[in-house]
Amino acid sequence: MINVMIEVSKYLLILLMAVYTLLNFSYFRFRDEWGQIRVCRKQNAAMFLLHFVAYLILYLKSGEERIVLFYLAQVVFFAAYIGLYQLFYPNLTRILVNNMCMLLCVGWIMLTRLSFEKAVRQFLIVCVAALITWIIPFIIDRIWQLSRIPWVYGLLGLALLIVVWMVGSNSYGAQLSLSMGGFSFQPSEFVKISFVFFVAAVFYHSTDLFSVGVATAVAAAHVLVLVLSRDLGSALLFFVTYLTMLFVATSNWFYLLTGIAGGGAASVLAYQLFAHVRTRVAAWRNPWADIDNRGYQVTQSLFAIGTGGWFGMGLYQGMPYKIPVVEKDFVFAAISEELGGIFALCVLLICVGCFLQFMMVAIRMQAIFYKLIAFGLGIEYLVQVFLTVGGVIKFIPSTGVTLPLVSYGGSSILSTFLVFGVIQGLYILKKNDEEDYEESNA
Amino acid sequence: MKKAMPNPGANRSILIVTYLMVGLFVCMMGYFGYFLQVQKDNVINNSYNSRLDRFSDRIVRGQILSRDGHVLAETREEEGEVRAYPYGSLFAHVVGYSSNGKTGLESLGNFYLLTSHMNLVEQTVNELAGVKNIGDNVITTLDVNLQKAAGEALGDRRGAVVVLEPDTGKILALVSHPGFDPNTLGADWNWLISEENTEAQLLNRGTQGVYPPGSTFKIVTMLEYVREHPDTWQDFTFDCDGVYEQGEYKISCYHGNVHGHQTLEQAFANSCNGAFAALGQEIDLGKMRNLTEQLLFNRDLPLALAYSKSSFKMEEGADLWEILQTSIGQGGTQMTPIHNAMITAAIANGGVLMKPYLIERVESAAGEEIKRFLPEASGNLMTAREAEVLAGLMRQVVTEGTGSAVRTDDYPVAGKTGSAEFETDRETHAWFTGFAPADNPKIVVTVVVEEAGSGGQVAAPVARRVFDTFFGS
Repeated sequence: MINVMIEVSKYLLILLMAVYTLLNFSYFRFRDEWGQIRVCRKQNAAMFLLHFVAYLILYLKSGEERIVLFYLAQVVFFAAYIGLYQLFYPNLTRILVNNMCMLLCVGWIMLTRLSFEKAVRQFLIVCVAALITWIIPFIIDRIWQLSRIPWVYGLLGLALLIVVWMVGSNSYGAQLSLSMGGFSFQPSEFVKISFVFFVAAVFYHSTDLFSVGVATAVAAAHVLVLVLSRDLGSALLFFVTYLTMLFVATSNWFYLLTGIAGGGAASVLAYQLFAHVRTRVAAWRNPWADIDNRGYQVTQSLFAIGTGGWFGMGLYQGMPYKIPVVEKDFVFAAISEELGGIFALCVLLICVGCFLQFMMVAIRMQAIFYKLIAFGLGIEYLVQVFLTVGGVIKFIPSTGVTLPLVSYGGSSILSTFLVFGVIQGLYILKKNDEEDYEESNA
Repeated sequence: MKKAMPNPGANRSILIVTYLMVGLFVCMMGYFGYFLQVQKDNVINNSYNSRLDRFSDRIVRGQILSRDGHVLAETREEEGEVRAYPYGSLFAHVVGYSSNGKTGLESLGNFYLLTSHMNLVEQTVNELAGVKNIGDNVITTLDVNLQKAAGEALGDRRGAVVVLEPDTGKILALVSHPGFDPNTLGADWNWLISEENTEAQLLNRGTQGVYPPGSTFKIVTMLEYVREHPDTWQDFTFDCDGVYEQGEYKISCYHGNVHGHQTLEQAFANSCNGAFAALGQEIDLGKMRNLTEQLLFNRDLPLALAYSKSSFKMEEGADLWEILQTSIGQGGTQMTPIHNAMITAAIANGGVLMKPYLIERVESAAGEEIKRFLPEASGNLMTAREAEVLAGLMRQVVTEGTGSAVRTDDYPVAGKTGSAEFETDRETHAWFTGFAPADNPKIVVTVVVEEAGSGGQVAAPVARRVFDTFFGS
């Protein structure tokens, strides 16, 4: 009987997810505020329903009452986050809040199924992150002061990365995290943000050849330290972010194309110089040749995705735990295995939807400083999604980065909340300015 | 505070980058869809995918059937599920087993056997009632009569028989002796894998056994010589007095036979070792190396079953002794029977090797076709003209030379015998590889009988039984 319920719920979850995703894009059709608000309310309904169905299955299958309590705690969180955020900041972009909640919801469903303890930990981290980042839109005006001190974040970020490289703890062959008093955190998650502020501040002051040269040198130093720490995913992330921000600041095709050519040459050089780069590429090109060892993770991931197919195996019906670090870098494979390929595609589309929101904010901001910040953070977000999902489905070599808001991991959650908070703040700032302008003209 | 003029083109640049990023995502999603729609079946049907075992909680493993519908493996309900193999040890290696790991067709077809295509209503009713659904059936290319003929002809001797259809690559029979009874595998397992057991019953000698090819390798030496002398190869002659002496080395013909004056065609038909040892010194070793690679020595075979790689060791700069030995199929060369059969099949099929395969189609329990596998060319091993020359030479082996055991008026056979030495003072391994009818090949048979004597006297009669069965005489 429970098997039939899982089978039916599988299609129901896909349907709700598809409805939510479609609403996400139909939102762009509405120019008037009321139309947009209606879309967002429908989205909320779809999300709460999906959340309920998934946790009903999780409860029935496991028979554990603590899951019911956990579910209720999540409902309270979603209701409070969506409701209170709107109350404090009436001019926020609701769809971005919805998308954050939906991605968190998918992540919690998958994490609860994989490990209840980790799911609870993740929930607590999210609550803390939500509280801390609550004030960002309120203080966003002060960020203007931050444009005065580019060298502080440039050098601070670089120093932090160097410390990780020297003394960081090793995980899966890369130096990623610092441990302090039982907590371990990944500085690169936060340097990502300071880096965008650095580049935006430098180009806000000047885009002459000298500034570009110096900024490029600092950016290259970031990338180099990351490559030496074997954190190839972040290295690529910083590279793409810098290059595209430079392009937006200058609209200079020469910079963009030379940058791409230089990046290509550097990749070839890194391939020649570093054995760990060659290993990654070999495991990507033919993981079947070394299926017991280096190819193990990605082949298990492909088995998971392939066995799940378009419609998935249903919750608890697959074996996502066979994939190493499934709750972090490979969570996309677990989603695809049990909730289905269509559901996984919807997750991707929601991520793209967030990115488009970021870009709309970037386009609407007047000041180049804000524009570059919104743009840079958006690019970082999407490139990260691309790197993790591309690695999981063997579209590109696996680089070991997390899927923001969905993967397990405190640093990733907090930094993503910071990013979304900044974007939300910029949106609200712009909206408030427009209203002031309308009022003063009225 | 100093501030630069804002870039007026910034928004346009943002749009350009946005389009690029979205384009990248569209590509990735397209790849994801392609994987799910097209690639996934091949990927997940892998013995490393432990997820498939989970399917057996809800699906009754389907049947494995011969091409004409005889059951080779099925799951029976007797105090729990039991996998039964009605033919006992006859198909043991090729059908394989699904307990103690999975091999053979039980491994190749695992995914299909554990996937049900019964109608959805019935499936749902079964789910509700807590009854398992019936998995799909795998219909193979195997022919029970040919398998029986090959198994009986081998008798209790160790060895293997491979039977292929040259123009499609279908594997019609694959016998390996000694065998084991898959019905009692659980009880016999400890003995089968124990160190005292030297019989290696679990080894599929047809695909995993490596043997010196002996004189069947003269096909390769011959091909290289023909390739280097396309118009003049027929001018080669040799005078055989039973022992060919070159420097300090001696190469004898089988049992010291004296062949007298030989053209190259006669030397091939009579399998004259002296002639080929002499011929071997005229060929270009670098080109020979290339040819063997083209013929898939030291390379992966286009074969889904577990197999061993054949090896060819001679390189440029080899010494005289190695050249003499390698030219007649001794020395460091080793090959599997199925590889020998594949080269023969390419000769029979105008130089084109068809990828050998075992699963013809998959049907639901109700008999509805789910998937059909079509013949697939693996590549050219030689030109059509070279294949024609070799086929003519192999025909003469049967009409004039060592292949007299397969000489019959009922159908024309072409082939090559071999008697491969593997240890001094022990009997040679007997080889035969050939096809029939010579002018329009329908079947390829390759036989190896371990430590049994000459290919013409021991292996060719085994092939004869298979040919007779195939042509119904």
